[in-house]
Amino acid sequence: MANLPKPEELSEIDFTPPKTGWMDTPVEFKPGMFCHGSKPKSLQTVEFPNPRDWKPADADWKLPENWKEIIIEGIADRLKKYRSFRLFMDICVRCGACADKCHFFIGTGDPKNMPVLRAELIRSVYRKEFTKAGKILGKIAGGRELTLDVLKEWWYYFYQCTECRRCSVFCPYGIDQAEITIIGRELLNLLGLNIEWIAGPVANCYMKGNHLGLEPHTITSNLEYMLDDIETVTGIKINPSFNRKGAEILFVTPSGDLFADPGTYTAMGYLMLFHELGLDYTWSTYASEGGNFGFFTSNDMGKRLNSKIYAEAKRLGVKYIIGGECGHMWRVIHQYMDTWNGPADFLETPVSPITGTKFSNAKASKMIHIAEFTADLIKHGKLKLDPSRNNHLKVTFHDSCNTSRGMGILEEPRYIINSVCNNFQEMPEDTIREKTFCCGSGSGLNASEDMDLRMKGGFPRANAVKFVHDHHGVNMLANICAIDRAVLPPLMDYWVPGVGVTGVHELVANAMIMKGEKERTTDLRGEPLPGKEKKEESE
Amino acid sequence: MRVLVSFIIVAVLALIAYAGVQAAHMTTFFGIIVPYAAFLVFVAGVVLRLWQWGRSPVPFRIPTTCGQQKSLSWIKQSKLENPSGTLGVIGRMALEVLFFRSLFRNLKTQLKDGPHIAYGEAKWLWMAGLAFHWSFLIILVRHLRFFMEKTPVPIQMIEGLDSFLQLGAPLLYMTDAVLLLAVTYLFLRRVGIPQVRYISLVNDYFPLFLILGIAVTGVLMRYFFKVDVVSVKILAMSLISLTPAIPEQEIGALFYTHLFLLSVLFAYFPLSKLMHMGGVFLSPTRNMASNNRAVRHVNPWDYPVHVHTYAEYEDDFREKMKGAGLPVEKE
Repeated sequence: MANLPKPEELSEIDFTPPKTGWMDTPVEFKPGMFCHGSKPKSLQTVEFPNPRDWKPADADWKLPENWKEIIIEGIADRLKKYRSFRLFMDICVRCGACADKCHFFIGTGDPKNMPVLRAELIRSVYRKEFTKAGKILGKIAGGRELTLDVLKEWWYYFYQCTECRRCSVFCPYGIDQAEITIIGRELLNLLGLNIEWIAGPVANCYMKGNHLGLEPHTITSNLEYMLDDIETVTGIKINPSFNRKGAEILFVTPSGDLFADPGTYTAMGYLMLFHELGLDYTWSTYASEGGNFGFFTSNDMGKRLNSKIYAEAKRLGVKYIIGGECGHMWRVIHQYMDTWNGPADFLETPVSPITGTKFSNAKASKMIHIAEFTADLIKHGKLKLDPSRNNHLKVTFHDSCNTSRGMGILEEPRYIINSVCNNFQEMPEDTIREKTFCCGSGSGLNASEDMDLRMKGGFPRANAVKFVHDHHGVNMLANICAIDRAVLPPLMDYWVPGVGVTGVHELVANAMIMKGEKERTTDLRGEPLPGKEKKEESE
Repeated sequence: MRVLVSFIIVAVLALIAYAGVQAAHMTTFFGIIVPYAAFLVFVAGVVLRLWQWGRSPVPFRIPTTCGQQKSLSWIKQSKLENPSGTLGVIGRMALEVLFFRSLFRNLKTQLKDGPHIAYGEAKWLWMAGLAFHWSFLIILVRHLRFFMEKTPVPIQMIEGLDSFLQLGAPLLYMTDAVLLLAVTYLFLRRVGIPQVRYISLVNDYFPLFLILGIAVTGVLMRYFFKVDVVSVKILAMSLISLTPAIPEQEIGALFYTHLFLLSVLFAYFPLSKLMHMGGVFLSPTRNMASNNRAVRHVNPWDYPVHVHTYAEYEDDFREKMKGAGLPVEKE
């Protein structure tokens, strides 16, 4: 982050469009605004085309000779396969309602970051190649030739979209830029044009079961560290099981939670909750990834990575699956998994063994969100909670894009937070729930070389946090997303210093009074609990 | 430039019709041949488009959820913004199609000093859009009187309501004024807002000018340069009864200009963004229930993919797994 401009400079945004029309303004690759290109090894691992060493800023992208043909055929193929794509190519009226809804446009002022114009980048080629008017009239009818410059423009701007769907909430026809970006990236992948930050995790996940490439023994040892920490804080020794056949429940969560804080605190929260309940569940090292960077690559790749969850559930003979806190993971679980890799007829409709609640909303996919599970527990009074342990926190909640606009899990996490914390404050209403702003780093853009882009894209989110920080003293940003837990801390440090980031189940675990626990003096982070500060000093 | 091109195209089209009738007396061409051809193109084009869209598969159920999901019984589901069944979807679509629900959400985002991002109400586009579409529909319905021997009661009622201000003679139809104002607003915002101007194509200006041309010629005919309405009706009746004949009494070139621009609009419709009228009903982010976890959605073109199986995984890591005390299938 050393080269980043200061926040005051970054927030000076020029919204004046260039003098030249957008078709005549060539793309300029600005440092800090894009990620490294995919490495050959990552592509080879998953049998993707055109593996080679290349750099996005280079003039020569080492494309196959018939690259144009490949793309045009790719478009034709997808027009036949996706009504969404065909429709979204045809019906946009360019009213501009989506324009200032995109966090990347708000943060950069670049007109090609308006969802409508990002879509026009591909739509213009569609008009030229696939409509009569475009073929005959060309530019007058809004058509343009697919050239190398256009391809580079696609790459630059389809990796400046986090597939957050905020634009689609405001579009009168529901045109979803995420859908266009998804297909745009799929087309680019036909030429080996992924970013390494996605291609690497995809290869890892394919071979090792998770994005981070944690091998089985590393997963167990990472969890050991957490168990030690839990014992230090609570005096309770937990013994979770891995790859255990005959467990009632398989638990799947994003691997980010096993690797770095503050995600690890959330994982400790899961461990403590399940232990307290005496839940008959198992972790898996094979299906050790809830997230799915394949979803940011292509439909096939998403399906290939996702297949492990049902396959492992079947192998272990569990009854159903609980999924941890993650954003795009839940878009995939909720809207794609059953279609891709179902039917899950070898599983049963999830029933909470503690409350007896039947989750008929998941009767086909057999997978429930841990926030649904925990909210139900709390509602039935099954957890002993002391919310005052979180009294030093003034919490606000960031709705993740995918869970709000691709699922709608809005009240469950709020109910949990309000049960385990005494101080909760919502951000302004135009920045939460279905209108929530992206963290700026979703859809595989959470690399370190694109920090400018991330800070710009995260600006609207951070600005809303700053509002409640300044006016209500908010000092903790809760969320139910592993990418959020990884990317919001640097975003807060940059725009709103003094605000921490936490998963919801970290808050739960801190408030939960466990059977046989010793008197807690610190929270999971090892920081003194409210009222215990003095005691610590005197000891 | 794009504005000018669009304006010139529409102006030339209007002139062609006006001169064609006034100077060359091509009434049969502009009164019979063109309207029939345009109508055919319209029907065939719209059917073809909808057929194309309709037959393209919907591999995934991808509604954009704009409210609370259906989950636990004690959490109130947002049935219209996040429908889980057909009724909810019908409700959501009705709100969308009849009242432009999503556009109603529109906000204005502004960057202020601080830096501070402010969100303000922005209902003008929604209002103008709604006013434009509804007045256009009412005007179309009113025109049905030309195609019927006796004007049906519902149309008479619409006419009565539309002119209830009782202004001028002939009575002013409010929708005429509203349509003109709304189209003018939509045009002004397109050229006035820098971002919207930046994205606008001839494809956007042309239909605006075309509709403006149709409205202006219509208004001129009704309120200022009267044409022979009886003859218009005779022509309309002859067209609809498939016994086309140009009335002996001259109608006036203004009418043929109006009719020609309308014909162009009809013929242009299926080739253009105006097809959003049909498309909005098919949009998968709006017309699907968000019940994916309860009801399985089947992808009609699904095919098997190459996966990395557990057995392969265990082969890769067996020793490490055993070392970490993890169970294995093969020793």
